[in-house]
Amino acid sequence: MTVTPTRPAETRAATKGGKQLPVRRRGNRKQMLAIWLFLLPAAILGLYFKFIPMFEGVRLSLFKVQPFLGDVFVGFDNYVNVLTDVRFMDALGHTVVLGLAQTLGALVVGFGLALLLEGQARSLWVLRTAIFLPVVTALAVVGEIWRILYFPTADGPLNTILGWVGLEPLQFLNGTDTALWSIAVVGIWSGAPYNMVIILAGLTGIDRTLYESAGVDGATIWQRLRYITLPALRPSIVIVLTLAAIRSLRSFTEVYVLTGGGPAGSTEVWMTRMYSLGFQRNDIGVASAAAVLLLVVTLLLTVGTQLLARRKAQR
Amino acid sequence: MNRSSTKTRPKPQGSRPSSSSRFDSALGWSPGFSTNMVLRVLLCILVFCIFALPFAAIISGAFDRNTSPTEITLLPKTFTLANFEAAAQQGLWGYLLNSLVVAGGGLLLQMTVSVFAAYSLSRRKFRGQALVMLLVLLTMMLPEEVIGIPLSLVLGDLPLLGISLRGTVLAVILPVGIWGFAIFIMTEFMKEIPPEIEEAARLDGVGEFRMLFTMILPLCKPALGVIGIFGFMMVWDQYLLPLIAANDPSDYTLTVALSVLRNDTTVGPGVLLAGAVMAMIPSLLVYLFLQRSMIRGITSGATKG
Repeated sequence: MTVTPTRPAETRAATKGGKQLPVRRRGNRKQMLAIWLFLLPAAILGLYFKFIPMFEGVRLSLFKVQPFLGDVFVGFDNYVNVLTDVRFMDALGHTVVLGLAQTLGALVVGFGLALLLEGQARSLWVLRTAIFLPVVTALAVVGEIWRILYFPTADGPLNTILGWVGLEPLQFLNGTDTALWSIAVVGIWSGAPYNMVIILAGLTGIDRTLYESAGVDGATIWQRLRYITLPALRPSIVIVLTLAAIRSLRSFTEVYVLTGGGPAGSTEVWMTRMYSLGFQRNDIGVASAAAVLLLVVTLLLTVGTQLLARRKAQR
Repeated sequence: MNRSSTKTRPKPQGSRPSSSSRFDSALGWSPGFSTNMVLRVLLCILVFCIFALPFAAIISGAFDRNTSPTEITLLPKTFTLANFEAAAQQGLWGYLLNSLVVAGGGLLLQMTVSVFAAYSLSRRKFRGQALVMLLVLLTMMLPEEVIGIPLSLVLGDLPLLGISLRGTVLAVILPVGIWGFAIFIMTEFMKEIPPEIEEAARLDGVGEFRMLFTMILPLCKPALGVIGIFGFMMVWDQYLLPLIAANDPSDYTLTVALSVLRNDTTVGPGVLLAGAVMAMIPSLLVYLFLQRSMIRGITSGATKG
């Protein structure tokens, strides 16, 4: 491919003759220009709203940020502050508990839903559509809905139902013991139907004759689940689950909307702690250090799982 | 969610379950009338109550004169539109408009950017391609929440340009325009389109734009549906970004405004419920129209890993 060097403005005229070779998947200069032009919008937006903020965050994390007084370089002090801060460590604990509870809970419930609602009947399809609603509703709205359901007086909606079965009313989001679990329930509620769809797709992929021959061999339903269904589903679920667990490390909106980190910091997660430092106390340096730590951890975990998954796939 | 790949199961004759259909589902649900069936129906009702009835309660509450969380019912006791009138006074329609503008503009930008980028990344080979793909994947690790604090600074003073986007809809629209997930989905889909499609057109000297819009894009409808609904949900779900992008409360989107209204003691819970319903309707409509794409997106993501 020999192309006379042309400046961008001239390229169109220069190739008007249309004499280029039909080389596929290997561009000449005009095509190279087109390639980068097509990438340009993504590059500009990515630069301005992803990468500049990222580098800015890393830079700020090394400074004591003082508006008007000027920033002072402090090295890794902000990181030390984060890692020795009791409230950050509490928040880390809450984040992990909440993440695990939501991820595992949503998996178990989603699996149950999929088993219950598997089938081609029209009624089942309608039911599946209805059950999927929590997934498509904005998290902020989900939060408002549950704040009403969790209304902590004895005649609140959920407490009324608890009363029917003879249970004591709970404080839900207002109690330091119950708040974190209440948030986890909301996460499971809005995450389980999503998992249901994944698992349903896996279920339809299972060869029906396996079930039949298991039936011929006199296997119980439980054995059938244990030895046919679960092994068939495992590959599609494991990776999705791991990524969901990693993503849960940065869960923010549901906690922020439901409790804002309270009561008494009992639901403070990494992100809410970071934001109360960054925006309310204006401690931007420390908040940035927390953000960078979160980013590094999620990055390492994600890359790690992907590598593991790839190695497994090769085997 | 409708799968018609396998044949529809035979209609139950009388109450005797037909033997073959017992193997149509993992739990071996039998279609006929039996204790199993009763159990399944009961469980289905329970599940429906848990996942769908809260919505009914919210909608009913929005139309009820007497809304306190303790008196919420599945059907409004005294039907009224007063909550929506009060919502109008609180400027909720303005917030809804903000939300719709941001969602519409953001989604349009996001899909355009993604299609363009995907076309480059999938249909051509070029030096630095792997690096670009890596950067795209990296943006997926940088959602608005993680970079929120520096992003709010950048929005207030764009580097090099020195302009502030804060308080304009662009402050939300532009950042959501870049979404690695959408680029990734689109790229993977375009890779599947055989290159022969382009060759004839290329011989005729068809330019890249026309190639993309007349040859490639019409084949990408399923993927467009997927990034359409996922993108809409991603934009509609934004909470932190509109919060940090706003100059004053009138810039808020509906989702942000809801939690502000909740803390306002002069506003009754009825207005809050009306707002929640207003915020639910657009996502509900999009979901009902693009349900198939949604399911396709979820399941393809599941197998991809």
